[in-house]
Amino acid sequence: MSMERCWHGRDVISILDFDRECLETLFNLTLVMEKYSRSRLNILEDKVLALAFFEPSTRTRLSFETAMKRLGGMTIGFTGEEAISVSKGESIADTVRMLDSYADAIVIRHSLEGVAKYAAEIANNPVINAGDGTQNHPTQAMLDLYTIWRELGEIDGICIGILGDLKYARTVKSLIEGLTLFKPSKIYLISPPALRPRKEVLAVLDKAGLKYEHVENIEEVIRELDVLYVVRIQKERFPDVVEYERVKGSYRITVDTLKNAKDTLIILHPLPRVDEIDPQVDNTKYARYFKQAAYGVPLRMALLTLIFGREDKVK
Amino acid sequence: MEKELIIRKIRDGIVIDHIPAGRALTVLKLLGITGKEGLRVALVMNVESRKLGLKDIIKIEGRELSKDELSIIALVAPTATINIIRNYEVVQKFKVEIPDVIEGALKCINSKCITNKPREPIKTRFITISKDPLMIKCDYCGTVYTAQDIENMLLRSRE
Repeated sequence: MSMERCWHGRDVISILDFDRECLETLFNLTLVMEKYSRSRLNILEDKVLALAFFEPSTRTRLSFETAMKRLGGMTIGFTGEEAISVSKGESIADTVRMLDSYADAIVIRHSLEGVAKYAAEIANNPVINAGDGTQNHPTQAMLDLYTIWRELGEIDGICIGILGDLKYARTVKSLIEGLTLFKPSKIYLISPPALRPRKEVLAVLDKAGLKYEHVENIEEVIRELDVLYVVRIQKERFPDVVEYERVKGSYRITVDTLKNAKDTLIILHPLPRVDEIDPQVDNTKYARYFKQAAYGVPLRMALLTLIFGREDKVK
Repeated sequence: MEKELIIRKIRDGIVIDHIPAGRALTVLKLLGITGKEGLRVALVMNVESRKLGLKDIIKIEGRELSKDELSIIALVAPTATINIIRNYEVVQKFKVEIPDVIEGALKCINSKCITNKPREPIKTRFITISKDPLMIKCDYCGTVYTAQDIENMLLRSRE
């Protein structure tokens, strides 16, 4: 029942369009899909997925493409506005109308906020948000939550630290919103004061009644964490270079940062990583970010299967 | 008595009464009335009111606005009352109420919001998330506005 209610023909604009039951349905199917993510499952051979990336992407675009192809489906699409008529002045609305007439679903990423919602209002077929400005990245948050669920067996009761630029990172906004669908015991928001989450994001946490605390230094909380989620702090977000130089070291994870960590700590990162996690950390038992990226294919296989209502065909 | 001298009765149209003092221009801005439409508009600011101490009043002759159009007045003038006048008689009187959805009347200040992109056939849409204290949010980019933000937004978009 929840499959039909939650997923069939639905748009995926914000993670808050879904509830816990919907996500658990997705996670259970993702687990099944893991065994097909290296082979082929011909259940979407009559479907075409449009990948409309107005902004660059590596993982999101390629994992959607891989997922669709592993399911026997086809993809069309573009990356960057130069390749299409938008560079000639065509509106997003007209581009979406065209894609809607060629494909059975549209995955869209754009630097402007609200584009996915707008596209969903125009298109008859489902629209999946692959990132709109600093707003939402719901499928990344589904992947982040799946990784926690898969690696730790539970999202309820965990203590999670989210570190980096919490104000502008859309993955952080969607992850925080997604966490409110579960019952983590505590969320530490680790960032310089100027890069704390926006008030509307904190309002979601308040409304859900989740316990959270702003922290500036990871060392204060590292021993409590079950999950450490890291995002980059971009230099251009700081009004002052001196201020950036002063804080950047505090937001770089090294083997030394982890000396007081729990044995079972897992470190996640939506990637791309620049220098916020030292490559030496990759070899520790804590690092799960490459595994997290790999789960992107089975998760998106499950998502597409559910949206097209073909889960009955999965053995 | 003096008030009667400032604004005479209108034959057909609307009277927006009990506007908080000093907000009449913002209300007109919100209704999209610039004066260039050729409508006869009378505006009184900072007159005595038993309920409010001081208040503003607007009379618009020859045009009736729908209840939906008028309800957005509540965003900047929550105390306002509307009188619909036909042939010098008040035929309907009601208080404005904050609508759940506000379409088209406001402009999002987030320059990265899709509603600000030229050439897209898109109307702005705001959802009321709280009436007291007033908070609305852009349905596209999620930017949240308080009552003060809405006033600033209207002032900013004034040509």
